[in-house]
Parts: sequence; C-alpha cells; structure tokens
Amino acid sequence: MKHLRPLNKKAARIDEAASLLEEDVVALQQQPRPHVPMGCSLAFSPGWEVDAGGGTAGLCQPVERDIYDCYVTCFWPVQVPDHVNYSPDWASNCAVATKDWRNLDLVFP
Amino acid sequence: MTVMLSHRYRAGEYRSFAAADARFIYVVGAGSIFQLDAAAAQVLDLLEDGAADHGDLVRALGDRGMPAADAYELVRELRFAGVILSDQAAYAPAPAPDHPPADFPLQALVLNITNQCNLACTYCYEFGADKIATPQGKKKYMSIDTARESVDLLIAQSAGRKGVHITFFGGETLMNFPLLKDVVAYATDRARQAGKTVGFSLTTNATLLTPAIIQFLSDNEIGVTVSMDGPPDLQDRHRVYKSGKGSYAVVEPRLRALIAGHRTRAITARVTLTDGVTDVLRIYRHLKDDLGFHEVGFAPVTSGDARSYSLAAGEMDGVLAQFHLLADEWLEHAIAGRSHGFSNVSETISELIQGVHKSHPCGAGLGLLGVSPSGDLSPCHRFTDADTHTMGHVSSGIDRDRQRDFLARGHVDAKYECQSCWARPLCAGGCHHEAFVRYGDTGHANLHYCDWIREWTDRCLRIYGELAVKNPAFLERFAQRKALS
Repeated sequence: MKHLRPLNKKAARIDEAASLLEEDVVALQQQPRPHVPMGCSLAFSPGWEVDAGGGTAGLCQPVERDIYDCYVTCFWPVQVPDHVNYSPDWASNCAVATKDWRNLDLVFP
Repeated sequence: MTVMLSHRYRAGEYRSFAAADARFIYVVGAGSIFQLDAAAAQVLDLLEDGAADHGDLVRALGDRGMPAADAYELVRELRFAGVILSDQAAYAPAPAPDHPPADFPLQALVLNITNQCNLACTYCYEFGADKIATPQGKKKYMSIDTARESVDLLIAQSAGRKGVHITFFGGETLMNFPLLKDVVAYATDRARQAGKTVGFSLTTNATLLTPAIIQFLSDNEIGVTVSMDGPPDLQDRHRVYKSGKGSYAVVEPRLRALIAGHRTRAITARVTLTDGVTDVLRIYRHLKDDLGFHEVGFAPVTSGDARSYSLAAGEMDGVLAQFHLLADEWLEHAIAGRSHGFSNVSETISELIQGVHKSHPCGAGLGLLGVSPSGDLSPCHRFTDADTHTMGHVSSGIDRDRQRDFLARGHVDAKYECQSCWARPLCAGGCHHEAFVRYGDTGHANLHYCDWIREWTDRCLRIYGELAVKNPAFLERFAQRKALS
C-alpha cells in the first residue's frame, strides 16, 4: 500500500492481502482468450438478455440459442450439462431449440 | 439499462492518534495500526464532517494537486483497509458464533494446590468480603491423585498444541510445595511422552521461600509472580498475618535471595492498589530499583460495593496520573533501546504488536481452566471452589454445557455497551470475575473502568506510534522477544 504504512502484524497481513490483490489474476483477461459465447453472463453485454422494451421478443437472436452455445462451445462446462464427458446426448431430442426445448431434461451428475 | 454505482464514503471505525509529528490510526475492525501519509490524512479530514461522494473526494484531492488516477488508488486503498466505508457495500458484521467452539484445545491449567494461606490479606478475593468461593466441606490441599488427573486432562484436551502451561496458585502455593515438585516431574514426563513441552509458573506471597525451593524453581525454569504491595508501610497495610502483623520483614530477605538465586525466568511483582496504597511511583521504585524485580504490574483491587479497602473515587485519577509518569519513563527507555519493567505498558504493547482482536477478555473457560484442591474445574483461578461456577471435574472432564453458557455470555458481541467502543478488540468487556463480583453476571461489561481502559489504551497507542517513528527496531525486538515469564 502506498499511503498507509502497516505498523503491526495485523496491518502487515492487510498490506499483504492488498498486494495480492494487485497481482490478482482476473479470469478471462489472459491471452489467448477462451471462447466465450456471445451474450454470456460472464461477459456482461447489455442488450442480450432483454430487448429494448424489457422483453425477449425483439432480441436479434432467440434466447434459446444459448442452449447450444453454452452446451457445445463454452470453455466452462458448468451452467449446462457437459457434452464432452457426461451428457453427450443431452440435446439429441432437441433439433430446433425454439420448438423442442421442452425435450431437454434435467441431468443428475 | 445500466446503473453506475455512485459510492458515498464515510469514515470507518478507527481511533485516530498523533505522535512524533506523525498521524496514525488504529482500525477497530481488524486491530490494525497504520501510519498515514499526508494524502491519507487529508481524506480522513475531509470525511470528518460526514460522508462524501467518490467524485467529490477525488476532486478535493485534485484541488490539492493529486492526479485523478492517484486519487482513485488512494480511495481504493483506504477502502480496502477498512479505513473508509462505502454506502454501496453491505457490511454485514461477522456473524457472532451462537456458541464457542466446543473443541477449543486447552493450553493452560491453573492448579489451586491449596486454598490455605498463612497470610490474611484484608482485600483477598478468595477470603475477603467479596469472596464467591464456597470451600466449606471441601479439600484444603490438593492430593497427588487429583494433581496427576489434572495433568492428564491437560495433555488429553490440548490436541494440536505443541506447548502447554501449568500455573500453581493458592492459597499460598508454597504451603503445598511437595505436591508442586511432584507435578513438575510428572507433567514434564507426560508432556514428553505426548510430544509436547510444558512450562510452569507460580504465584506466591514469598513468605515461605527457602534456598532449596529457590534452587528448585530456578532449575526447573519456573516463572515466579510475587504478590506484593510495596515498601514496608504499604505492604503491611493489608498484607498481614492472621495476628495482624505485617509481612514485609519476613518477605524482604527471601525476595532478595529469590531474585539473586533464580536466573532462568523473570521475577514479576503483582501489586494490588487499594485505599491508601496508591503511591504507584514509590511502589515501583522500591520493587524495581531497591528489590530488583524484573517486571512490576499494578491492578486496582476487585470489589463489589464500597469496601473499606476499595479505591476512593478520586484515588484512581491519582493512580492513572502516576501510570502516565511511568509510561513516560517506559517510552524514554524504549527509545533508547532499553527495556523498562512497567508491565502495564509492556502487556498492552505486546497485544498491539499482534493486533489482537478478542472474542473474550481472556482465555478463561476457553484455553485456560482453574482446578480447585478437590479437582473441580472452573473458568479460572478466581472462580476456584465457587459452586456457582463449577465447570466439571478433572475425573469426569469439562462440563461442556456450562462452558458453552459461560463463553456465550462472555463473548464481546453479547455485551451491548462494547459495540460502540473502539477499545473492544483489546478489552472485550474486561474480567469475567470482576464483572460477577460487581454486577452479578460474568457476561456484564465492566462499565466502571471503561474510561480508564480507553485512556490507557490511547496512551499505549501513542507510545506505539512514537516508537514506530523513533525506534522501530525496538518494536521488532519486542515482538520477537520470547516472554520470559
């Protein structure tokens, strides 16, 4: 810390924590960046989740598209079932997401 | 729609103090001490009159010549250290535990190896007007079996600790010296088997010291605290035999022999300040310079209602004034790189170095328990033999329900008045026993000495600040110093 000089052990620990923060690695900031689906909630991009009127009807892409983008392409297999290891067939009954999304089932790892 | 957060800052909870032309803060939430540079001090001054917007702060710093990027960084730093708080962040206080950890390992036992004493000090909390002990029909001397069971309990309940400690207490400990010798041998052996180290100390009135005892204490590195009130006129005022005869003449030659012969541990005097025994400077000079004690600590007598020996209302102010004079001396010594024997400063400085933040005022009932001559456990030696506070028995173990109740009451978060006090990380409401005697509840804050505690803590903070500027090496040495006693 530049403006506070730590004088006891507790202050030294706070100082240490502060310097760790400076050197902190922030996710998704390193190159090369992993693939982050457009509109991913991690890469906050306003205008994706709701349209100008606050609904979903006027979005340039259907909200259901993230089913495939998260499921197949995302580097971080958490939000949806993981198609590489455990649930390769999860979306097999869902040919067109906007129509068939009801066929998607819950997954119990 | 995007809403930008607009932070509004206010001063956090800290104690601001100045020493040696520098400014410091003691941050209450953490117990941390920082020296402020001019820019940081400026921010605190700006927030003195109330909260300010982030933008206004940055502008105000800019007016004083600080580039905006630096100002952002400064604000971030102060916020990180908890010096300033934002209204946009929720500061949930750390949740108070509903109950303390039941498996908190023991570190120390205070063995009350006898409740008998050859003196009859009029203010004694064990026998005087404010006693809470109920020794009727109980053992007067601890038996070897009880003592060994105590040691076994300490070893068994100190999982994970490398070192444990046994303090011998009384009564007058030396009235049961044979047992003391046995416990030292037995505990050393048991600790070795368990892969631990064990340290010992005792409190005595020094009337029964002999050359053989002194040799034993020195050989076994047993720390000694002597209860003593000062030169003859003061010592003999309250510290008397049952006949009324003063004890100074008996104590003095034995003490000199102890201080000359015991070279392995510091010898500490513990002075009780009572009505008429308030001449702190004269007492200190006598005990430190004439008799040669390494450390001298002072505490006002514990008393409930006004007793004949209680300090009169005005007397405590005189005592504190003299404490300040000794504190001046302590600081002078420290700046010159020398140690000074006034424990009341040394103890607080040690705690400030660590940045302690106490959930409870002391280790009583947590890492430390008292054992009565009959083997009853109690939160500490001051509750020995008090039926109201029994916390199990060495043969049956710790009574966890009573321990939980005691610790839940004594937790600083359970003391309403403490929540707005900046000295609570160090004080945590003060002595459980004192609170019980004074207010009838171990969980009551000791409101009668809040002002003294704050005044004294403030004084020690300023000493700390001055040393940090003038002789930081001394503080580092002090931090490393292994407690001698």
